[in-house]
Amino acid sequence: MARLILQLDNIFKSFNKKQVLNDVSMSLYQGQITTLIGPNGAGKSTLAKIILGLIKPDSGARISNIPLKVGYMPQKIKIDPTLPISTCRFLQLANTSHKACNEALETVGIRHLTATPIQNLSGGELQRALLARAILRRPNLLVLDEPVQGVDVNGQNELYNMISILAKTLDCSVLMVSHDLHLVMSATDQVICLNGHICCHGHPEQITQDPAFLNIFGKTTAIYAHHHDHNSHDEQVEVESHQRENVCSHD
Amino acid sequence: MYVAMIDFLLYALLAGLGVGLVAGPLGCFVVWRRMAYFGDTLAHSALLGVSLGVMLDINVNITVTAIPLIMALGLVFLEQRGLLSLDTLLGILSHSALAAGLIVISLLPDVRVDLMSLLFGDLLAVTKSDLGIIYSVSAVVLILLAILWKQLINITVDPELAAIEGTNVTLVSTVLMLITALVIALAMKVVGVLLITALLVIPAATARRLSQTPEQMAVAASIIAMTTVVMGLAMSWYIDTPAGPSVVVSATFLFCLSLLYRKQLN
Repeated sequence: MARLILQLDNIFKSFNKKQVLNDVSMSLYQGQITTLIGPNGAGKSTLAKIILGLIKPDSGARISNIPLKVGYMPQKIKIDPTLPISTCRFLQLANTSHKACNEALETVGIRHLTATPIQNLSGGELQRALLARAILRRPNLLVLDEPVQGVDVNGQNELYNMISILAKTLDCSVLMVSHDLHLVMSATDQVICLNGHICCHGHPEQITQDPAFLNIFGKTTAIYAHHHDHNSHDEQVEVESHQRENVCSHD
Repeated sequence: MYVAMIDFLLYALLAGLGVGLVAGPLGCFVVWRRMAYFGDTLAHSALLGVSLGVMLDINVNITVTAIPLIMALGLVFLEQRGLLSLDTLLGILSHSALAAGLIVISLLPDVRVDLMSLLFGDLLAVTKSDLGIIYSVSAVVLILLAILWKQLINITVDPELAAIEGTNVTLVSTVLMLITALVIALAMKVVGVLLITALLVIPAATARRLSQTPEQMAVAASIIAMTTVVMGLAMSWYIDTPAGPSVVVSATFLFCLSLLYRKQLN
């Protein structure tokens, strides 16, 4: 069994009396990619922030027996255009040398953008720059919040490949937050399906057969690898919210 | 007579340069972090500070610093409670402080406060002891900015990433707010309550067009702010205009020039 990096035990969290996380327990292992999946408002980002140590749970424990070094790739980043800052300098904010920054940019394939102002990067380039900053400090836990947002389908595949290679070369535990499983599938060792509580979890093949998963995401998304009809996907999320009651009674 | 004239002009110049020196880098943070409205709120509360000081017969230098500091801490507290958006909160506090300050002034039995000089600055009334205060506070502010520089840039770029990488975001941003309150209390003497934000924002915005790094922008903003002080005073001296507004108009003039400069580059 791979080494345990971080364990969450019976996490509860509420905001303004609304229960967001309800008895969530999970484990993250070295060298494994875990995908956290769930509809909007399922508590994915809250759970990620608890894992990152940014917010404290109301109750429950966050346990790690090793010195935790976390790399984080936020969903998006908003830097005011009045701040003159190059991509390289942006990476250097993580307390590292110029050389380490250029190496990280090389790894994610945007070495040529090192002197470019960070605000001038395209969506895909910015995601790579964020990924580069996340891996800079050689983390043993890498948390990626919707890492392919705003990236076209080809770019998404490239990014996912890059992430699975990085997980191996860094030999760290990767937690990916996603609202969409079909592209992540091949790169994932463990899937956790969250909807306030953990509805189901396991290997991706196993998850896609799980009735709780099918109820939330529908058969189409699970079966067709290249499903990107956003309208019908939105409808599914709608349907899912009506069905939420009986979906969650499963667990 | 001539010597006295030179004296007060020299004091005004030195005071303006001292404030301009810190207004540069601090103004950069105001621009980067979109804190202009925050600056206005603190400035308005400084007016309340002056009037309360006069009414309660406390040293005005103390109240004019204390009230914006309390206001800044109050804002940090209220923002974290998250009851109202920061924008709304600032809208309430800013204008309430201005209104309360004006009412307190109107209640003072005889006119012991020159309202115009509070609103638009009274650079030519700066004394030797004012200069001492301006330069010691400026020194403290510059040292704090230098020590916290890296963390300040980090939380400005992204507070979450900064927190994960080990920066105490709450501490650093609170210090920044307190520094801003201090500088606003200082700058009140130079450009007055209503024009302080201009002295912070315009030189920084001008410097943006000339800089490639945050450090270059901070230094450029400082130099530009000091230049505008000199220009404003010269204008005030030669065509007898009020000093504070003259400084701000000079800053605007330099900003317009910087727009042309960029065009030439392209």
